[in-house]
Amino acid sequence: MEAIGKRAAMRSKSTGKSEWRSTELLGYWVLRFTLVLVLFILGVIVYDIVAKGIGVINWEFLTQPPRTGMTEGGIFPALVGTLYVTLITIAFAAPFGVAAAIYLNEYAIQGRFTRLVRMSLRNLAGVPSIVFGLFGMAVFVKLFGFGPSLIAAGLTLGLLTLPVTVTASEEALRTVPRVYREGAFALGATRWQVIRSIVLPRAIPGILTGTILGLARAAGETAPILATGAAFFLPHLPDSIKSQFMALPYHLFIMATQHHAISQVRPIAYGTALVLLLLVCILNFGAVILRKRYRDKAAKGL
Amino acid sequence: MQITTNQQTKKDQGEMVEPASINAESDPAVVKNGYGEDYCEVKVKGLNFYYGSKQALFNVNLRAKEKGVAALIGPSGCGKTTFLRVLNRMNDLIPDTYLEGKVCIHGEDIYDPSTDVVELRKKVGMVFQQPNPFPKSIYDNVAYGPRIHGLKNRARLDEIVEKSLRGGALWEEVKDRLHDPALSLSGGQQQRLCIARVLAVQPKILLMDEPTSAIDPIATQRIEDLIRNLCTDYTIIIVTHNMQQAARISDYTGFFLQGEMIEWGETANLFTNPKDKRTEDYITGRFG
Repeated sequence: MEAIGKRAAMRSKSTGKSEWRSTELLGYWVLRFTLVLVLFILGVIVYDIVAKGIGVINWEFLTQPPRTGMTEGGIFPALVGTLYVTLITIAFAAPFGVAAAIYLNEYAIQGRFTRLVRMSLRNLAGVPSIVFGLFGMAVFVKLFGFGPSLIAAGLTLGLLTLPVTVTASEEALRTVPRVYREGAFALGATRWQVIRSIVLPRAIPGILTGTILGLARAAGETAPILATGAAFFLPHLPDSIKSQFMALPYHLFIMATQHHAISQVRPIAYGTALVLLLLVCILNFGAVILRKRYRDKAAKGL
Repeated sequence: MQITTNQQTKKDQGEMVEPASINAESDPAVVKNGYGEDYCEVKVKGLNFYYGSKQALFNVNLRAKEKGVAALIGPSGCGKTTFLRVLNRMNDLIPDTYLEGKVCIHGEDIYDPSTDVVELRKKVGMVFQQPNPFPKSIYDNVAYGPRIHGLKNRARLDEIVEKSLRGGALWEEVKDRLHDPALSLSGGQQQRLCIARVLAVQPKILLMDEPTSAIDPIATQRIEDLIRNLCTDYTIIIVTHNMQQAARISDYTGFFLQGEMIEWGETANLFTNPKDKRTEDYITGRFG
């Protein structure tokens, strides 16, 4: 960027528009500084978590339940609980989200109704997660009578991810070129055949990516599971979808703010944070790999 | 293929298309050709077509007999592609379109509510301006049509794929790499693949929407040759920007201007002796 600075200086000399040039240069440095600042803050947070959390992470930490009033032992039940609830979330959000997107993009007559639905989805994506949590408590826990449970929490997180899944899936469907659809229709394919054999195979990478990103967000949410089934402490793993469960984000919340011996469990809190961070990273990374694999396949034209 | 009951049709295979006319019954050209009034492969009467409130076609009439090539020419935006897409109901896919008049294929009103659009599109195949093979293998592209219509028998599929690729004049070039991606073919080969793909569902009529406008001259010539070969077995209606192409390959030509079919007649006549001043201006290059 020294080169850019020099070039700018040279140009300003030759054209005489020095004022405009210096404004541009200022803008350039402001933008650059902002980026560096954001990266720096992110780096500090990640560094802090890794540095303080890495020490407690070992095989025992990952495979043992908490012991002696949660001041010792590991986070196994919370890890398993988060995995379970995430599975329920994806089992609910993925099919519903993709189906809704297919309807919205392929079947629905585009007009005021679809515009309204899309606008609602965007707004829904911005609703605070605690609102989803309370809704889940009112509907799944109370009305449906699931009680505080894996299924209630999973469905609540599913609702939370649904707007993301639908929007991402629809975006993916929309990128499938129209000429492919027309080619198939012109051969006498029904709408479903066109979707099934031409559109979906092309849209799957985008759909998967969107779904996984939504899931990664859901896995880290605390508020929606707080009221729908996450437990402070359970001595055993959940044995059915109607059981309560421990979850990483909630466990972290407890260890960081609610425990009676906060300073004593601080390392465990950091370890939990690091595991949660890694989990979300793995999910995001998985999305990237999947997308790349499908892209490569698409580039080969198969 | 309905070779018709009319002996004369076979004899005069070249003249499969009849001039359009609002009063076809009293049109001397029809009488001269000696065809009966009862049967036309494609019969369009008083067709008006609207995109929303914008009218795109005005009172188009056309009667086409079996086999041969009919070309539709005219400047951009004159409605020729819209008209072509009326014939296999591709415009159904565009929201807010509306149609008046009658479009009959093999004597059946294709816009009748009882019409099976899937059956119609099997019968009336379409080749697009941009070669659009599916991102699948060459084999799977050609087998796509038969498969969606329920054919699973591997041997039968192989047979259809070979026959269709031969029909599309592509077999010799691809027979050793049927399972390569279709997108690895050149543009001209892709377009012939698209033609083969249509042939695989055994249509009676082929609609072609500027099939050579995206391909180089040599590939274009191969496709023109192919069209001339195919027209002994199929009725081909082709939209083209290129008047020389229409003159080279078609038996009948229709000239569209601003949504109206200005003139319709034997290609040789239309080009050498246009009846309408506007046709003359267009083919002599005064506009368009």
